This record gives sequence, structure tokens and C-alpha cells, in this order.
Amino acid sequence: MLQQILFAFTAIFFAIGGSILFYVGSNLLIDKLLGDNGAPPEKQYRRDKLREQIRPWIFIGPALLFLSVFLVYPVFKSLQLSFWDREGENFVGLANYIWAFGNAGFLTSVLNNLMWLLFVPTMATIFGLTIAYMTDRIWWGQIARTLIFLPMAISFVGASIIWKFVYDFRGPDSEQIGLVNAIIVWFGGEPRALISILFWNNFLLMVILVWIQTGFAMVILGAAIRGVPEDTLEASMMEGASQTQIFFKIVIPQIWPTIVVVWTTITILVLKVFDIVYAMTNGQWGSQVLANLMYNEMFRNGNSGTASTVAVILMLAVMPIMIYNIRSARNSEQ
Amino acid sequence: MSLGTSQTKTSLFIKHAIVILLVTIWTLPTLGLLVSSVRDKDQLTTSGWWTALTTNSQTEVFRLPTAEEQVAVADGYEIRSQLFEPGAKSRITNWGVRADGLTDNQPGRAVPFDDSSTLALAPDGTAVWHSKEKFTHTRGPRLFFGADYPPQFSLDNYREVLASEGVGRAFINTLTVALPATFVPILIAAFAAYALAWMDFKGRFFFLAMIIGLIVVPLQMSLIPVLKLFALIGSTLDVPSKSYVTVWLAHTGFGLPLAIYLLRNYMASLPRDIIESAYMDGATHFQIFVKMILPLSMPALASFAIFQFLWTWNDLLVAAVFLGQGEGKTVMTQQLIELLGSRGDNWEILTSGAFISIAIPVVVFLSLQKYFVRGLLAGSVKGG
Repeated sequence: MLQQILFAFTAIFFAIGGSILFYVGSNLLIDKLLGDNGAPPEKQYRRDKLREQIRPWIFIGPALLFLSVFLVYPVFKSLQLSFWDREGENFVGLANYIWAFGNAGFLTSVLNNLMWLLFVPTMATIFGLTIAYMTDRIWWGQIARTLIFLPMAISFVGASIIWKFVYDFRGPDSEQIGLVNAIIVWFGGEPRALISILFWNNFLLMVILVWIQTGFAMVILGAAIRGVPEDTLEASMMEGASQTQIFFKIVIPQIWPTIVVVWTTITILVLKVFDIVYAMTNGQWGSQVLANLMYNEMFRNGNSGTASTVAVILMLAVMPIMIYNIRSARNSEQ
Repeated sequence: MSLGTSQTKTSLFIKHAIVILLVTIWTLPTLGLLVSSVRDKDQLTTSGWWTALTTNSQTEVFRLPTAEEQVAVADGYEIRSQLFEPGAKSRITNWGVRADGLTDNQPGRAVPFDDSSTLALAPDGTAVWHSKEKFTHTRGPRLFFGADYPPQFSLDNYREVLASEGVGRAFINTLTVALPATFVPILIAAFAAYALAWMDFKGRFFFLAMIIGLIVVPLQMSLIPVLKLFALIGSTLDVPSKSYVTVWLAHTGFGLPLAIYLLRNYMASLPRDIIESAYMDGATHFQIFVKMILPLSMPALASFAIFQFLWTWNDLLVAAVFLGQGEGKTVMTQQLIELLGSRGDNWEILTSGAFISIAIPVVVFLSLQKYFVRGLLAGSVKGG
């Protein structure tokens, strides 16, 4: 055990040391090779120019290498694999896509993903906005915000265990130790195995992600609310607008761009959600989602063709957001 | 916004009430986990965690010892036994010798047990079975009793889960993954971010656009190709294709787009004058970066470090795919998934295991919340 801790620290030392050595070394190297060597000024000017042309590539080179290997190349490779067979050896055309759209598991996943997409970003944004607005004006608001924010630090797996305990089910004869079933019994209802109730169990899983992401929405929207100009609020108060009117007619329109940002950020996260479904149901009882289906296709069925197909479909789903982000970045740059 | 003067007392009250309600809903699940993890494991499975502070009554069965345990006393023979674990503060409320005779006897007084013997059961669980003749039975008779169990808290669950369920080991493994996977990408990203913010080269905007695009690429796209690549490299160089090195590399690759984006935004917002005048004075970009930009960028570096640490610590997918499982490899999240499968009903193990995995990120988060929030704000504001 101690050995492994030492191993980790040695790794940090060598990895960081190695990187520093690369950056410092290569910068010193071009300074030395193309630096001032007493040559005539016009020659030295050319050398200076060449040196400053090379330097950016030293700065950005390692990052580009990593991005190419781990993200750019895989995007094209996955696209290719989605047209190849399970071993990635023979071209099969659209067979994997035809499989997908005829496969009940896949269709359930798409449907569930759509429900996740509608429910989670919307609920997290609404709760985040409500809490941000309400805690903005009370003296213990900071404590309240920290408590709401805390689940963001918890892993999806940890959160799944927390909520599995909340949803726990015991036979009707014994005392319920899960909070939800205890409340059901307290109101005179019959306890149920909540996780396996078809259709509705999806929402029980979504609640976990809403619980985690509300803090995120709250922080971003809270900052936006504090940025709403004071005079617009004062003016509307003078006019005799009520709190509710101010909120819906003054605050919301002004922070609308931020609401869109929060909504899209959570949307992207929802598409990739894997751990919660994997830990809670592993896709049983009609709760499959695309990310977990992809994992199952690859690591249970060993089919890189169908798995890549599912990944490509996920990728297509985030494409509009990606294009929008790049476009708005370009607009603000130029 | 300042406090509106037009707020009435009722609306203020409603506001407090709603916030209290929401905070309660958000906190209860975690509180339940925490309380349960320190409860006695038998109490945990028979009563809700919200009753943890109240005494709860249970009925149980105890088998008296065999004749071998008897000792000779002045007026015959005695078998002594203790119904509760040593140190328990539980009290017997009633007892009987048949399942349907639970309330037959009160603790304290000795009552006839059979023809030749008596049994005295003290409230603290000490049973004295006395007989004038020698005991000969080979199988102890059963005793049914009701008892009050006062709230019992201990760290036993933690001891168990750390020692025998592999969680202690998984903790170290997670640390081994998370620390290098946090610090290496920061360094690489900082250099790239500086180049994108302040250096002049062909394709600068193209790379920036590419990085913004890559932020949202689903991890799922990368898994299979990178795995195949590692397998190929592994078999040609004769090195394991799944190891700590591969998981560090993968986390570095996947973390870079957001890191570069965050740091570039921060660096680009630094005043242009200081960088340009330093450049005019003959400092190279490398000197400017190391001596001026890095120290100035510490808040942004800290923000990203927290992000990346939380992400690598909490990650399941990347570790499952690129590190695999095994004695010295399984990380905490994977260990918890395994426990969910094999010990799915042993909540004393799951709650304490989960809490151990949650503790570190929560401490990091609470102590560095300011930087985390700053990073969130910078990362989600669109525009390059």
C-alpha cells in the first residue's frame, strides 16, 4: 500500500518533471540555436522570426498531440467502425444502423434519453433558478446554497447508493428503511419495489441527476441574477410591480441567455449519463439509455460495430450544440 | 439585488419556508447515508435511519448453552450466559420459553424453568440457570425475549468495510489515478492556453474552434478506438494495455479541451499592456509565460485543478475501460459497484463504503468552493 502511494508520487514527479523538461528544454534549445550569435542584423532578424514561428508549436504541440490521439482520431475511427462488423474486420454498410432501428433495446434507450433530455435540464434549471432567486435575499442564503450545491461533489455512483437507500424496499410485513416507502406506508399505502416499476422508474433515476445538477444551475443563475441592473428593479418597484411580476417580467428576460447556457450544459451531460443507470438498474426494467447500451454492446457483447453505432448516434445528438458553441465563439472573437 | 422594501411579513415567511423545505429535501438523502453508516448493523436493517436516536424494541431468540458449560455451586449446578454482546446497553423487557409466550415472564426474578431447575434473567441480559441436579442436556433450550435497544453508534461498519471489503485498497488506487491525472493536464493545458491567447501563429483560431467543439464530444466516441490503439501499442511494445499509465493518459486527453478553454479565457482577459511591454523589452514568450502569466493565472489553475480532481476521483467509465480491475487497480467507484452487486442488501457496508468515497471530494469541494464556483462561471459563459 505504501509502495503504491510512493508509486503515485513518483509518477507525478516524473510526469510533471518530464513535461517541464520538455517545455524548458525545447524553449532553451531554440533560443540557443536561433538566438543572437553575432550575425549581421538582417540575418539575425530572419533567425528571430523563424524562432518565434517555431515557438508556438512547442507551446501547443503536446496538447494537440493528446487531443488528436484521444478525441479527434477516435471520432473518425468510431464513425468508420460503425460501418464495420463486430470485430472491425469487414465492411457491413448500414447493417449496424439497421440493427439499431429494429432493436427494441435501442428504441427504448432513445425514448428514455428523450425523457431524460426533457426532464432533467428543465427541472434542474427550474429548481436552480427558484433557489438562486429565493436565497439571494435571506440571511442564511449562503448556507442554503452550499447545502444544495454539495451533491455536485458526489460521484454518480455515490449518489446512486444514496438514492438506492432512499428507494429501498422491504416486504410489506417488515418496517421500511427506505425513506420513500416509509412515507408511502405512513400515508397508508402499500410499499413497492420502486426501482422496478416500469416507466416511472426512469423518473426515479432522473431525480438523482436533478439532485446533482440543481446546484450547478443555481450557482450560474445566481451570478446572473446578481448581475441584473439595480435601476431596472427599482424602476419596476416604483411602478408598483409585485415580486412575482418583477421575477417573471424583469429578471427572467434579462438572464435568459444564461438560462440557455445552463440548459444546454446540462443537456450535454444528460446525453452522456452512464454511471447512474449502470449502478441503479443496469438498464433493466425498461430503463436503458444510450450510453449504457453502448457500454453493454462493447463490453458484454464484444461488438465494436454496434457499440460504435450507438456512440455515433450520441455524437449526432450533441452536434447541434457543438456547432452553436463554435459559431458563437467565432462571433465574439471577430 | 437588494432587499425589496415592499416585502410583507407573510411573503417573507413563505420564502423562508420554501427554502427550508428545498434544503431539507436536498440534504435528507445524504444525511440518511451518514447516519446509517454509523448505526449498529442490526438496527440499520430493522428500523429507518430517522429513528436512530430513539430506543427500539425487538424480539429475539437465544439458545442457552449445553451442559458442558455448567459449574458446580454451593447448592447445585449453574449455567451462566449473557444474551447481549459485551458492553451493550440493551435491556430485557420480557421473556418466555415458547415463541407465543414472549410476555410470560418479567426480568429480574427467578422462575421455575422445568421440574428441577429455575432460570433468572436479569434486565442486563445475564441469565442464570440453576439446578439442584447435574445438567445432562446436549442441546440448549431456546429462550424468546423482547428487549429495548438504545441507540447505538459506532465506527464498526467503517472498520469492516476498510479492512475486509477492499475499500481501503480501492481508496489508495483512486488516489493513484486521480493525483497524476489532475496535475499533468494542467501543465499541458496552460502552455496551449497561452499560445492560443497571446501568440501569433497560423491556424490559431482553427485550433480554438476545434477545442471548443471537442468539449462536448461524448466520451463514448473515444472508448473503442483508444482501447484498440492501446491494445496495439501494448502488444507491439510488450507492455500491459491497461495500466495506471494508460488511465492517466486517457484522463489527460479527455480533460484537456475544457482545461485549455478555461485557462485561455482567463489568460486572454489579462491586460494586454503588460504582456506587450514585456515583449518589447526583449523577453521571450517563454519568459513571459513562466514569470508573469503563470503566477497571475493561479486562480484559474486552481479552479481547473478542483474540476479535474473531482472528475477523476468520481469517474467510473474511464477507469473501468482503461484501467480494468484487479487487486491493485480497482478504484473506489468500481468497488462500490461490485459491492452493490455482491452485498446489495448489506446497507452497513454500502453506506460506509459510499461515505468513504464521498468524503474526500466533499472536503476538497467545501474548502475550495470559491475557486470551484469561479471555474464554473468561467467555463459556462459562452464565447471564446
